Amino acid sequence: MNRIFLGAAVAAFAIAIAASVRIAHAQARDYVSIVGSSTVYPFTTVVAEQFGKSTRFRTPKIESTGSGGGLKLFCAGVGVNHPDIANSSRRIKQSEVDRCNENGVTDVIEVKVGYDGIVLANSKKTEVMEISRRDLFLALAREVPDPAGGDDLVPNPYQTWKDVNDALPDRGIVVLGPPPTSGTRDAFAELALEGGCKTFDFIEAMKKKDKRAYKAICHSIREDGAYVEAGENDNLIVQKLEADPGAFGVFGFSFLDQNVDKLQGSMVDGVAPEFEAIAAGDYPVSRPLYFYVKKAHVGQIPGIEGYLAEFTSDKAWGDDGYLTDKGLIPMPEEERMQFAADVKNLTPLELATE
Amino acid sequence: MNSANGARRVTSTVADPRFQARLRRRYASERRFQWIGRIALALGGAFLALILGTIVANGYTAWQQTFIALEIHFDPERLDPEGNGSEDALLAGDYGGLVKAALRKAFPEVRKRRERRKLQALVSPGASFYLRDMVLEDPSLVGETRTVWLPADDDVDMLFKGHIDRSAPEGSRRLSDRQLGIVDALAARGAVEKRFNRAFFLAGDSREPEISGIRGALVGSALTLLVTLLLSFPVGVGAALYLEEFAPRNRWTDLIEVNINNLAAVPSIVFGLLGLAVFLNFFGLPRSVPMVGGMVLALMTLPTIIIAGRAALASVPPSIREAALGVGASRMQTVTHHVLPLAMPGILTGTIIGMARALGETAPLLMIGMVAFIVDIPHTPFDPATVLPVQIFLWVDSPERAFVERTSAAIIVLLGFLIAMNGLAVVLRRRFERRW
Repeated sequence: MNRIFLGAAVAAFAIAIAASVRIAHAQARDYVSIVGSSTVYPFTTVVAEQFGKSTRFRTPKIESTGSGGGLKLFCAGVGVNHPDIANSSRRIKQSEVDRCNENGVTDVIEVKVGYDGIVLANSKKTEVMEISRRDLFLALAREVPDPAGGDDLVPNPYQTWKDVNDALPDRGIVVLGPPPTSGTRDAFAELALEGGCKTFDFIEAMKKKDKRAYKAICHSIREDGAYVEAGENDNLIVQKLEADPGAFGVFGFSFLDQNVDKLQGSMVDGVAPEFEAIAAGDYPVSRPLYFYVKKAHVGQIPGIEGYLAEFTSDKAWGDDGYLTDKGLIPMPEEERMQFAADVKNLTPLELATE
Repeated sequence: MNSANGARRVTSTVADPRFQARLRRRYASERRFQWIGRIALALGGAFLALILGTIVANGYTAWQQTFIALEIHFDPERLDPEGNGSEDALLAGDYGGLVKAALRKAFPEVRKRRERRKLQALVSPGASFYLRDMVLEDPSLVGETRTVWLPADDDVDMLFKGHIDRSAPEGSRRLSDRQLGIVDALAARGAVEKRFNRAFFLAGDSREPEISGIRGALVGSALTLLVTLLLSFPVGVGAALYLEEFAPRNRWTDLIEVNINNLAAVPSIVFGLLGLAVFLNFFGLPRSVPMVGGMVLALMTLPTIIIAGRAALASVPPSIREAALGVGASRMQTVTHHVLPLAMPGILTGTIIGMARALGETAPLLMIGMVAFIVDIPHTPFDPATVLPVQIFLWVDSPERAFVERTSAAIIVLLGFLIAMNGLAVVLRRRFERRW
């Protein structure tokens, strides 16, 4: 027993030494490290797998950390301990660019991946709803213009869809959606709610005077139980919608695409959330997806160029590429050509974009 | 006289209706308590049966996978256009083209581009890797024609497992009428078969459910637990020995004891934060590797091992120590020759239970980047890896419906390991523990 004990202790010690030797050598990483948005994750993983299996390079490692968390890690510095690529479901912010610069991450290549539609869907057991963004705003915002008229805001009084607009069904408003930490929620607020919010002239006028108050009105979602935060797990929302045919859910197009037998997307401003409509830009609630590449790592970490070439190839992000099977909405061809050229020439992002 | 008096008094008390009422109340309350206990047990059992039943019912179908037989011609034009037979050339061959050609030959009536795409969608996109591995293993296949069973696409798999409703209108299913017709034609030719799902146990993670497996996660879990065991067992046993056998009893050791007991109750994510701050940010160890995961889990397991170890050491009766010291053994000899061997079964039981807890842990690993999509199977503790519970977490979040059954199957595997580990702890305790 004594010997075993000593043996284990020696083995543990050997491991500890091996560990410190590895640190001392600042070991070269031989795989690409990718972090970032959970919305871009399903697409990135497919490309990474394809790249890893069809070349001699190792398969890139992908962590789903959310857009903000990913860019934070990405901008923490240059070197093998920092990721090479950050996925993002929104454009990089000036503050993040500044942080990058502070930490020596100066040349960053921006690549737009394609588009993702955000859908409002319900169970097939009930009828398809046709709704405008203005009605969506009225149904879901925390404060809405007084229904009695005038330019005052009142806490959202609407209980049923019919209260909002007579053309809508006479059912209670129940919408299951992602929590505030989610990029999908941000995009939904920005594209759907703000889009409806702007249609009120007095709120639109506020945009110029007091941008913060404008945003607070347009982006705040009601908290009285009509909007249910259902967590980040979109599969769970799908299951709940099946169980409760009166409820609606908010999630990415790829989940609707995978569940066409159970769910139907509502028409927003008269456009159904279908592949062609989102690709053509007709469906109003869609957003671009991005990833950012650290130029300093290209040539240092093996496989980055190959991975980028795979991602920007037509068989991946093209009109008939395998990413479209996973629900990505491709960009128009000129845009694809331009980003592919940027990637090839490693053209860095013009940092002072706004 | 006296005894008769006494007897009368007893009978009179027993006959007293107030006494009888009190007695009835006492019996009733005992019966009530017993019934509450039984109901609680029955409820607990029912929930357990429900959970296990759902998991098994969802998951058992994942042991099988639908395969489609295709006549594959290993065309040298596509695989090795230069004709040099080198491994690099074979690696870069157009294996997807072989599948397309075979499908085209099997269904010459499908001509339109859109329809052909739908036809190709019936076979897994992973089929080309499958063929490539076949050729790399046996390069003499080039130029031959063989019937090969290739994994079907996850939608076809779901159809044959009864998860797709054929009677639904065409727009609301994942497979079109045309695709159903083709699949039925294949089935009629005997070219569709459900076979044992080897990929589930032999492959790493994948975004295609039909070729995804848990081997990467299993190896990752094994490497992580190995590091955890090698670090926490010697340190934990040493700490328990010193504290129990050698350390003086004073305020300091009391303080340490209280702290160890508290550490055992600290939520695991806190250890993850500690690992992020110390191992990654301070020591600069790489993200997502089992080495760091094992170190974090070792921190979490240490208090459990120390507490179990101390309890086991304390249960060895002092007479053993006194006898050893009496025949002239040193204190170190007493401990290593007599006390530790007798306490070992108890220490091992505690260690195994600590390890079982570490096996099921996800939260601390989230902090150090082990919640990641990793396809390659790790070989050393410094390769990026993930662990079983994380694999389950990642699959639950995937949109493809075929991942539902795979998630449940992975849960069954994880539960199997946990039950085996806890079973081992029970056996050790039964077999070797000495009662005094």
